[in-house]
Formats: sequence, C-alpha cells, structure tokens
Amino acid sequence: MTLAAANEGLADLSNTLVYAAMAVYALTFLAYTAEWILGSRSKVARTATALTAERAGQDDAEAAVPAQRPAVTVREAGGTSVLERPRIVSRSTTPARDAVPDGPGAAGEDEQGDTYGRIAVSLTVLAFLLHLGAVITRAVAVGRGPWGNMYEFSVALAVVGIAGYLGFLAARTPVRWLGLPLVTTVLLDLGLAVTVLYNEQTQLVPALDSVWMWIHVPLAIVCGGLFYLGAISAVLYLFRDRYETKLATGGQPGRLATSVMERLPSSLTLDRFSYRINAAVFPVWTFTIVAGAIWAETAWGRYWAWDPKETWAFITWVAYAAYLHARATAGWKGRRAAYLAIAGVICFLINYFGVNIFFDSLHGYGGV
Amino acid sequence: MTDDATPPPGRKGPETAADADETTAGGGLSTAPAEEEATSVPGSFGGARAPGAGGALAWTAREAVGWARWFWRQLTSMRVALILLFLLALASIPGSLIPQQGTDELGVRDFRQRNPGLSDVYDTLQLFHVYSSVWFSAIYLLLFISLVGCILPRSWQFVGQLRARPARAPRRLDRMPAYTTWRTDTAPEQVLDAAHGLLRGRRFRADRHVGAAGRPHVAAEKGYLREVGNLVFHLSLVVLLVAFAIGRLFYAEGGKLVVEGTSFANNITMYDDFESGTLYDLDDLERFGLTLNDFQATFARSGPDLGTPTEFTADVTYRTDDGREHDTTIDVNTPLRIGDSRVRLIGHGFAPDVTVTDGQGDVVYSGPVPFIPQDSALTSTGVIKVPDAVGPDGEPDQLAFQGFFNPTYNVDEVRGPHSTFPEPDFPVLTLNAFHGDLGVDSGLPQNVYQLDTTNMEQFTGPDGDLLRFDMQPGDTVDLPDGVGSITFEGFDQWATFQVASRSGNTWALVGSLAAIVGLVGSLMLRRRRVWVRAWTGDDGRTVVEMAALGRTESARVPAELAALADALTRDAPLLPDDAPDGGPDSPDDPTPESAAAEGART
Ligand code: HEM
Repeated sequence: MTLAAANEGLADLSNTLVYAAMAVYALTFLAYTAEWILGSRSKVARTATALTAERAGQDDAEAAVPAQRPAVTVREAGGTSVLERPRIVSRSTTPARDAVPDGPGAAGEDEQGDTYGRIAVSLTVLAFLLHLGAVITRAVAVGRGPWGNMYEFSVALAVVGIAGYLGFLAARTPVRWLGLPLVTTVLLDLGLAVTVLYNEQTQLVPALDSVWMWIHVPLAIVCGGLFYLGAISAVLYLFRDRYETKLATGGQPGRLATSVMERLPSSLTLDRFSYRINAAVFPVWTFTIVAGAIWAETAWGRYWAWDPKETWAFITWVAYAAYLHARATAGWKGRRAAYLAIAGVICFLINYFGVNIFFDSLHGYGGV
Repeated sequence: MTDDATPPPGRKGPETAADADETTAGGGLSTAPAEEEATSVPGSFGGARAPGAGGALAWTAREAVGWARWFWRQLTSMRVALILLFLLALASIPGSLIPQQGTDELGVRDFRQRNPGLSDVYDTLQLFHVYSSVWFSAIYLLLFISLVGCILPRSWQFVGQLRARPARAPRRLDRMPAYTTWRTDTAPEQVLDAAHGLLRGRRFRADRHVGAAGRPHVAAEKGYLREVGNLVFHLSLVVLLVAFAIGRLFYAEGGKLVVEGTSFANNITMYDDFESGTLYDLDDLERFGLTLNDFQATFARSGPDLGTPTEFTADVTYRTDDGREHDTTIDVNTPLRIGDSRVRLIGHGFAPDVTVTDGQGDVVYSGPVPFIPQDSALTSTGVIKVPDAVGPDGEPDQLAFQGFFNPTYNVDEVRGPHSTFPEPDFPVLTLNAFHGDLGVDSGLPQNVYQLDTTNMEQFTGPDGDLLRFDMQPGDTVDLPDGVGSITFEGFDQWATFQVASRSGNTWALVGSLAAIVGLVGSLMLRRRRVWVRAWTGDDGRTVVEMAALGRTESARVPAELAALADALTRDAPLLPDDAPDGGPDSPDDPTPESAAAEGART
C-alpha cells in the first residue's frame, strides 16, 4: 500500500517534471528566437560572393583553380616559424557549391545574439535534465519501461530528439541552428502529450510483458527522434538550396530570406548532416522492425501479417531505402533525395500517431 | 571516358574536366552500375530487312532481342529500382486503410455490408487483399527481378575487382576530392617507399608504380568489405523474399477452444477452424494431444488499471507421439513448441456447467458450454442446445437456452445484464428458454454459438412475460408445463489455442540478420583510394602530392588523408613555402602524364 502511494507520488513528480521541462523549453524557445532576431543585425552575405566568384571562375576556365590550391602554411608562434601540417583541400562532386561557406549560425556575428544563443543552449540542457527526470521517475513509478502508451512514447520521443541535438553539440558539431525548429516542435509534442494523449495507466497487458518490450520499443523511439533531426536538416536544406540556386542564377532573394538563409550552414553541409544521420539510423530501424517481427512471431504466431502498424513500419523503411538509393544515383541526389528523407519521417509519424488513433490495429492496445 | 585533358566538345570549364578525371580515377571503386544516359538503342524497328520470310524472321528476331535487351537494361537500372521501391511504398498504403481479408475478416464483412457498391469496385481492384493482389505482387516481383538482375553482374564484377590491383593515379591529383601537396628534402624514392610502407601498414592494398610511363607513385585502396556488405544486403533481401514465399506455401494453422479438464488432438478434424498453405501436406501435422488442466486469468483490481489483465496462464499436459506426457504452462509470450508446431494461447472465457433434464425426467444434457466474451469485463453470451429432449407427452421436444454468463453480475436499464469485472466475483447465468425444433436435422451446418429460433417457441412465465431467469451456481430452474429443468452446476474456464507450423522462419531470420550486418558494412565502411606521387621539382626539391577519393562523399576522406599526410611528413618533413602563391609545380599547367588513368578503368 505504501509502495503504491510512493509510486503514485513518483508519478505525480514525473508529471510535474514534464510541466517544468515545458516551462523551461518555452524560455529556451524565447532565447533562440532572441538569438535569431538579434543576429539579423549583422551583415553577412558570403554566399553570394562565393557563388558569384564561382560563376566568374566558370567563365574563365582555369581562374578558379588557384583559389583552391593548398599552400603549406607557416604559422607564427613565439617568433619562430612553426611548420603546420599539410593543409587538405577538399572539393565535392557538386563543385559549383563547393566554395560556399557555412553561415555563422543564428547569432550572425552579433555578440548579444551569440549570448542569447548560449543561454538558449544552457536552458536546453536544463530542460533536457528535467525532461529526462520526468521519463526516469515515470519508469520507476510504473515499474517498467516508460514507453507503454502514447503519452509516454511522445515524451520519450522528444527526449531522444533533444538528447541527439545536445549530443551533437557536445561532439562539437556546429548544430545550434537546429535549436529553434527542434524546441518548437518538442513543445508542440509535449503539449499534445499532456493534453490529448495523457494516460495514467501503469499496467501493461500480458502481451506486452516481454523482453522485446525493452528492445523493440525503445529502439523505435530512438530511431524516430534521430530521423526527425535528419528531416529538420533536410527541410532546411531545401530552403537553403533554393536560396543558393537563386543567387547562383543571378536572382535577388528577399531581405528576410537573405537574413535567415545566410546564417544557416551551406546546402552541402545540411545535406550531408541529414545523410549521416539517416544512414546511421537506417540499420537500427531495420533491426527495430526485425525485432518487432520476432516478437510478433512469439506473441501472435506470425512474424509478418501486414497489420497497419507493420505496414507503415515497412513503408517508412522503403522510403528510407529509396532515399539511400537516391543518394547513390546521380540524377536523384540533392532535392529529390531530401524529399524522400522528409517523406520517411512523415511515414514514421503517421505510423505513430495516425495508426494508433485512426487505424484498427493489433498494436492499438497501447492506449491513447 | 577519355585520358585526354581536353574537355569533350561542347563542355567547358574546370568542373567538367575534373569530373571526367574523377570518374576515371573512381572507376571500379564500386560495382554500382554507371549512370546510364539513355544510350541503349533498342531494335528501333529499322535497319535492313532481307527479302522473304527468312529476312522477316531474322528482322523480327533481331528486333525482339534488341527490345528485350533494352527492357532488361531498364529494369536493372538504379533509376527503375528506385521507382519500383517508391511504388512499393505507395502500393502498401491502401492495405493499411481498407480492412484486409485474413487479418480483419470482421472488418471486411462490416465494410461490405455498409458499402455494397464500393465493395464491388474494391473487389475488382483486389483491395480487400492488397498484399496478395496481382498489382502488388507485380511490383515486388519486378523489383526482385531487377534486384537479381542487378546483383549477379555486380557480384561477378566485384570478384574481378578483388583480383585487380588498385587503380593508378589520375593525371591531376589536385582534382580529387581531397588533395594536399608539400615540398621536402627527402628523395622521391624514399618518400614513395615510406608512403608504400605507411599505406600497407594501414591495411591498404598498395602498389608502387615506378616505371616508364608517368611519374612514379603509390596507388592504394581500402574498404573492399563495403562492397561485400552491399552485396550481402541485397542478396539477403532475396533470401527474405524466398523465406516469405515458403512461409505462405507451407504452413498450417488451426484454432481450437478447449475447456478446462478437456483435451484435443492435433488433427485437422479436431479444429474449430483450420487453414493451410497450398503446398502443405496435411500428413505432416505434428502428432500430439493436449489437455488443459487449469487456466488462470488475473486482472488489476484497483487504480487506473482496474480491469486490465495482469496474467494469463494455461497449465497443460501434452502427449507426444512417443507416448510420453509432459506438464508445462503456456502464456501469451511463451508458446509451447512441440516438434515444428507451436501452440499459442490466444483467448479465454467462461463455460457455465449445466445439467438439463427433459419432460421424462432424464438427464439429456450435462457439461460445460463455452460462452463467448463480448467485452473486456467478460460479459459473455452463449447458447445451450439440447436436441435429445423428449416432452412430457413422449414426443421429441427439443430444448434451447440463450443468454448471458456474467462473472461479476450487474444489471441496469441501458445495458441489461452485464459484467463489471472479468473475474468471477458474483457469477450469474441469465437465460431465456425455448422449445420446439432446433433445425439441427435440416442438414444445414449450424453455428454452435447461434440459435435459429424460426421453429422454436420461447417459454413465458406465470405473468405472461417471456421467461428469463437468473441463476447462481447450484440453482435449478424448472421449466413451465413440466418440460424439464436446468441446473447451473458451476463454471469452468476455457482457452483458445492456435496451433501453427510454418516453414521458412529460420531462413527469414537468417536473411534479415544478414541484411542488417550487410547494411552496417555497406553504410559504415568507406571504399577509398589514396595516391601518393613524388618527384623532383624544378628547384631540385622533392614535391609530394597526395590525394584521396572515396566512393561516397564523406568528411572522413579528407580527414583520413590529413592523418596519412601527417604520418608521411615524419619521413618527408615539410619545407616552408617560399613562394606563397606559386606553390609547387603549378597544377594549372597540364603536365603530361601518359599512363594516367590507364589502370583506373579496371
Ligand atoms: C528490394 C529492393 C531494394 C532495397 C530495399 C534496396 C536497398 C538499398 C539500400 C538501403 C542501399 C544503401 C546502402 C548503401 O548505400 O550502400 C542500397 C544500395 C544500393 N542498391 Fe539497393 N535496394 C534494392 C534493390 C536494388 C536494385 C534492384 C538494384 C539494382 C538496380 C540495387 C542497387 C544498389 C546499388 C548499386 C547500391 C549501392 C550504391 C552505392 O554503392 O552507393 N538495389 N540498396
């Protein structure tokens, strides 16, 4: 009885932590917004320069080459010349965009903006800790993996997205540009979770009482959260690519577009970031599906029966397989591949939200 | 592809030349088909046609072969593979929106009743069984034909690549995706020796090219396993598909409801429902018998989970063909394996145990009757048929009862008698009684859970209302006019078991795991080439050039080159650049490099 009371207390604590995390995410949202707004004061417009230089280079066949030639740089340190390592020059297979530098990030070159950006990252860390605390207390309170129903799944999905983002930051990958879109959608997701999807059920039906519950479901959550990061990058890529194309063809993008786009990484960087995530997650997603099939085989007597959940997992998988194929096929790189990556995430979300709510599926017992 | 530095006519600029160079240098770095630029010319219905029937025949044959080759080349191209993948994803969608036969029979029946017109359209389009429809099958079969047509040549090609040596350096290394150069005082020979040793030490396959043609250089390549991974992945998909097909052709699946204390034998005649694949041999059914000793279902009694099941367990005894008996338990996530059959627990419910006497006072029915659950609190409905009853007048007068069994009885205006909790806290059997002709002798098959009342008359009570009575265990109710009585002795639980055997499961598992391993290899490993070239420059110093090329664009190719260059500078230390802009041999001036990409084409 006291145990039950303690668990109930923990469950309440978990709910409080979710709300606390949401409050901090809201502040984070404001801080990222401030970073973007203040950053717009700085004047950065390197893309156009790079692209126009490149165009000039195209006119004069060989003129562009010297710019790319490496030199063995000599760095002055303490008065003596210290030889550096040989400098590596790299060029991509889309040479026209090669010289386009990455934008400086949302803060532009504005110091105040940068301060807000740093504050936003610190707040993200704080919110993440609260958020993670909520997931952990929930797990203890219910005595099982905190992914037994849609409410818990949504909360966990958001925590994975944020963890991925912070992980990249910790690994010194410059991804602060992900912050604003990510935190915005995380807030939406959590809002949906605490209102529409809230479910205080703790018990799992016997069919879910299996080791696969500890493998299949958390892996699905991890895949979803990371695919989502890849998709944000793909969306930004589409915008940035259009911007660059416009510049390269001599167009004149609007002031707002220029201000925002100049601060994002180059289309090449965005595209690669998206690819790296999707390529790394795809095998995990494949394993997730296989694990689900093994589980279905023991619980339902068949490993695959085209249940709506299975079907949409398959569709998601095929979409990403198509994406990877597209990347390997010349005519399909770039924009079309990005559309496929976005389609992949949409399929994942349909599978998660749509199938549970609107479809008649054996997986429906998660509880809305 | 041309070795010549001049860009092809009509194209200009460094990009095209560089791309050409890069493509040559990257030749054979993958077995992926080169991007076909619609070069294949089909028969085109043209060409000379010799007179006479022989000529027409030859022409037709030539055309047919031409078109077939063109079609085959299209089908096995990456572009078509991509389109087919896309179509496969699209084609899977309707099956998740429309109820499907096999998974949701009830849904299909329901849909047909509500939309008769639309159902006809759906039937024509095979939308009630999308995943076995002609069009869905066509897509995946084409995809797999394409896959095999793609994989086989790639495998041969790869074997060839394994035997071949790393491609020679392209003429202009500075056009590779990663490039570096520096000057050193170490002699070119020594630099190349060091580079050769370094690359081999890092498990590159490396060759030294000193020779007549071209400047001496080291060519190295690594990451062949990536290709292996890719081929393994695609081959595993074929294994998976075959395993899937086998699973569809060789399977047997039967369902059986078993009341506590009773048994069944694994025999097709014993099943309530049974289906099997077209090629399954019914003699292959595993022979065993199974008795359900006890079934337990427990449910949460408090909190937000009230009524949620916590445990389903069936205690069973089974007898295998060798006559031995085994006791075991089956629960939802642990099926029982007997030979190649698996026995799964898939449902449960209550079976009220009743005794019926007829107008002659004889016991004409005695035993448990399974009632079918209608909701999660196990409100159950059922029918008791007594065909052997004889009326008080000595004439056959069949009896039947229809009603509810509620483990925790409650009754209200809206729902009538129902159950509020799935465990038997207050078990009550509520029945209506009928007599007359059950229609069981009519020859038409009857559902044991349904009552055909066309030739039956419902008893009325003393007040003239239709007779309905509630019974608790131990109660007996006498029917009017001395036609008999019914006693509610108690109740048992029943469980439904599914017995399935399916071939190909192991292959499906092996295929999918191999696919994952292959994928990881294919996506995580990088196949790349590194070239090191060293020669004595105009000023008498040694110029070192290094370049790397990866099959896929990756930030790690330049990073790796940097590490290699760094290691090489130990043997070939950097000299500071005296002419910051001039650099070493200006790459602009195309130094002739005759043998350039000769080897690169393999
Ligand atoms: C059943 C359908 C197929 C699926 C699910 C599939 C999936 C994949 C995946 C996920 C990759 C990415 C791995 C990588 O980048 O190395 C890939 C690569 C590849 N696929 Fe497929 N594939 C299918 C059919 C085909 C077919 C029909 C072809 C032949 C036209 C083909 C040719 C290739 C090639 C050449 C690559 C490697 C590209 C490279 O080297 O980067 N695949 N496939």
